[in-house]
Amino acid sequence: MAVAALQEDLYRRIEDLAQSRPDIDPEDIIEVVESVMASISGDISAVNLKLYAEIESLARFINHAKAEIAALRPDEIKDEHLATATDELEAIVGATESATNQIFEAVESIEELGASLEQEHSDKISEAVTSVYEACGFQDITGQRITKVVKALKHIESKVEGLLEAFGQEFSTGPLTSAKSKPAEDDKAGRPDEHLMNGPQMPDEAISQADIDALLGFD
Amino acid sequence: MSAIDMNMPVLIVDDYKTMLRIIRNLLKQLGFHNVDEATDGAAALQKLRDRDYGLIISDWNMEPMSGLQLLQEVRSDGKLKELPFIMITAESKTENVLAAKQAGVSNYIVKPFNAATLKSKLTSVIGNF
Repeated sequence: MAVAALQEDLYRRIEDLAQSRPDIDPEDIIEVVESVMASISGDISAVNLKLYAEIESLARFINHAKAEIAALRPDEIKDEHLATATDELEAIVGATESATNQIFEAVESIEELGASLEQEHSDKISEAVTSVYEACGFQDITGQRITKVVKALKHIESKVEGLLEAFGQEFSTGPLTSAKSKPAEDDKAGRPDEHLMNGPQMPDEAISQADIDALLGFD
Repeated sequence: MSAIDMNMPVLIVDDYKTMLRIIRNLLKQLGFHNVDEATDGAAALQKLRDRDYGLIISDWNMEPMSGLQLLQEVRSDGKLKELPFIMITAESKTENVLAAKQAGVSNYIVKPFNAATLKSKLTSVIGNF
């Protein structure tokens, strides 16, 4: 509807009002309405109305999404679930390292004792000890794999934290903590070979020692 | 008669103490007793400049200086550039191997590895022992 038509309609309604409510001065109402109308510049076009409707629809969608995200309790995910998972995984790395060192202590003692035995027995012990050393490599590999998972969790944690900061207190039951963990990706910022730091590959993705030897042309 | 000096200083570099211990013990079984350790590339580079080593065996994924960066530093150092350098790493993508080759690696061992592979690569790099 054009502004002129709106004005005409409003004047008519003011006259009706003046008749039904003689205690109200129509001039006061006219003054208020005119100031409101003066604040509207130009016509409210059909395009504008459609745009407003779209924005309103978008706002409803965002509010709905916010409500759904809030129901997931991102504050709990960040402060409890992710933090606990990270701590547990780091504890696994620590425990396996400790156990591996204990194995080393025992096997190194066996190796020393084996050196004092007859050659045949000494060789057998040495062979078995070598096998244990080789197997202990699991701690290094699993440690690297778990470290990758921990970094991924910390990255997710930082994203959830960003979400909490963006939407404010409505997602949280308590005050937001300060940025206590920063994205893990910052750890290696600026390293020239960062793009090559992939860590252990999954067995079906990794290339073998023989493949590497062929690639390098080494023995 | 041994073709190489079994008492030559060997520097092993890894940020996992477990792996340092594994490599040290395997080297000891192979007859190398003069083994020194560093836990990252920067510390290793300092040791290399302070003492003469006959061989370096290094991991790749370390901070703040990676094994590849260490290799590049070694190859660009007039005094160290000929030092045999074996990379032992879990980084086993083709692009990793090619990057190490381009940087001048002497040989490349992928983790997990066994004693036989270590011996084979040592022989390839420094000769029979």
